[in-house]
Amino acid sequence: MPLITDAHLEAPDDFYEALIAAHDGLDEARSHALNARLVLLLANHIGSLDVLREALAAARSGAPEADAP
Amino acid sequence: MPAPQDEADFQARTFAYVPHADQRAPAPVRRPVVVVGAGPVGLALAIDLAQRGIPVTVLDNDDRLSTGSRAICFAKRTLEIFDRLGCGERMVAKGVSWNVGKVFLRDDLVYRFDLLPETGHERPAFVNLQQYYVEGYLAERAAQLPLVDLRWRNEVVATEPHGDHVALTIRTPDGDYRLEAGHVVACDGSRSAVRRQLGLESKGRSFRDRFLIADVRMAVDAPAERWFWFDPAFHPNQSVLLHRQPDGVWRIDFQLGWDADPEQEKQPERIIPRVKALLAHSPAMKDAAFTLEWASVYTFSCMRMAHFRHGRVLFAGDAAHGVSPFGARGANSGVQDADNLGWKLAAVVRGHAPEALLDTYAREREAAADENIRHSTRATDFITPKSAASRLFRDAVLTLAKSHPFARTLVNSGRLSTPTTLHGSPLNTPDTAPFAGTLVPGAAAADARVTRADGREAWLLRQLGGGFTALVGHDPAIEAALKDVGVDGFALDVLAIAPAPAGAALVDRDGDVARRYDLQPGSVVLLRPDAHVCARWRRPTRAQVEAALRRALAVPQEAAPCP
Repeated sequence: MPLITDAHLEAPDDFYEALIAAHDGLDEARSHALNARLVLLLANHIGSLDVLREALAAARSGAPEADAP
Repeated sequence: MPAPQDEADFQARTFAYVPHADQRAPAPVRRPVVVVGAGPVGLALAIDLAQRGIPVTVLDNDDRLSTGSRAICFAKRTLEIFDRLGCGERMVAKGVSWNVGKVFLRDDLVYRFDLLPETGHERPAFVNLQQYYVEGYLAERAAQLPLVDLRWRNEVVATEPHGDHVALTIRTPDGDYRLEAGHVVACDGSRSAVRRQLGLESKGRSFRDRFLIADVRMAVDAPAERWFWFDPAFHPNQSVLLHRQPDGVWRIDFQLGWDADPEQEKQPERIIPRVKALLAHSPAMKDAAFTLEWASVYTFSCMRMAHFRHGRVLFAGDAAHGVSPFGARGANSGVQDADNLGWKLAAVVRGHAPEALLDTYAREREAAADENIRHSTRATDFITPKSAASRLFRDAVLTLAKSHPFARTLVNSGRLSTPTTLHGSPLNTPDTAPFAGTLVPGAAAADARVTRADGREAWLLRQLGGGFTALVGHDPAIEAALKDVGVDGFALDVLAIAPAPAGAALVDRDGDVARRYDLQPGSVVLLRPDAHVCARWRRPTRAQVEAALRRALAVPQEAAPCP
């Protein structure tokens, strides 16, 4: 099954609010650490290496420095 | 072989330089095989060749064993190879056997692994044994074999390839002499002189980190396990690895970082406080008295030569490839190189196989080196993160590992050496029927408990001879079809295996053979002389088995006689 990039979240606004709230009171380093743990937890939930590679490529193509040759 | 009563000064032994008649010969003498380097790889190869009836000359530039524990961890597969070479039992009897590893983050256990969680194997996942014992035991085994001509203090100073031989110039305490070799195998380590003399390189990636190794003698009672700490309180921001060795000696590897001064860090006044800090963290160890046996500061690279065969010169072990120490893939992969090359070189020297068989040594072991380098590089990147993001994810994995099982699979303190499966080897005959399990063509044979027809308990791998073996799920018709099968120079050994006593068959007393090999009545698994699977069938014909034997010897099929 390919990476789902169409709308798939049950409650987008609720999710987004919860994501931001999870970072409340954390300094930048702690926020980065939380994000790293979150990526690992979600990656394990997805499981499929092909889907994860697609997600990594999609995320990387959104990074400004990735556009440079 | 009786072990010497006193091995207290084993490491300090030296081997006598004995002048050889070849040094006084009027013209260079021709020797079929010359092995350069009497370390674990060169000695294993020499013993294997001699056991196969090939005279072998071994040249070593020194007259002593290695210093310090060095390779230390010898894997199950290596021990099984040493069994075949006639010295495995002594290694295991002397070594400290272990199967369990523990990983700590700061002071907390985050992950425990068992490398051999099942029964039915003669050998443990690993023994820890100082490299000088391994070299010494191999040297003593080699000395029992009249076909091994081991020349200490014989340094190769020039290597010149020719069409039908390689000319070597050798320096001894009595001056230089020349020798001609049918084949040369360079097992002369990471700074291989033969490699340099041929203008060849081993290329790869160096890591900007330094590690202190200390061998410490102390009376401490702790389990025989591999303990690895990330960021322990007693050595903050770095990693530490602890192994127990024989003779009450412990091996500790302290990560120091790139900025450490290697000369200063080797001084006892710098090492002793580090060891004391480690001991102080543990109630069982905190008051232990210790003495420092040996210490070294090392850096490492992951590299390999582009090709392991250059005509009549072959490269094996560290001369051909290098890895980081995490995973014990250096000496163990080198012994696998020797195991892979021994039977092939013997067959080529005897004229039973074409030179093309030696290309398969290079191809199979180059792929194995790539696998070892990949594992070793990944472990190194986990232990020594190279970027802020890498460090962030490493710490995230370690933090999650304590309470989330999935994260433990990501913790990488070294993926420990297992035999390389030779996927895609041209010597493999592809499957024509489905089989369950991991013993695909190319895999190293798995052990199992068996009962022999005489009623004695035994191990499957001990029943293999030095040639090709067919494991047959007991079936009289198939066994009759395979009677006296052979190709030039190789008679096939047929080992019938049955679930219950049946004639001469081995009894699969725990069902492990049937389970591990998916061996059913009439199934045949063909093993090479190095005990790798090279073909398997449900009910093969004699012609199929003969074709697989020729294929495993790199004999062109069209050149084979009609069946």
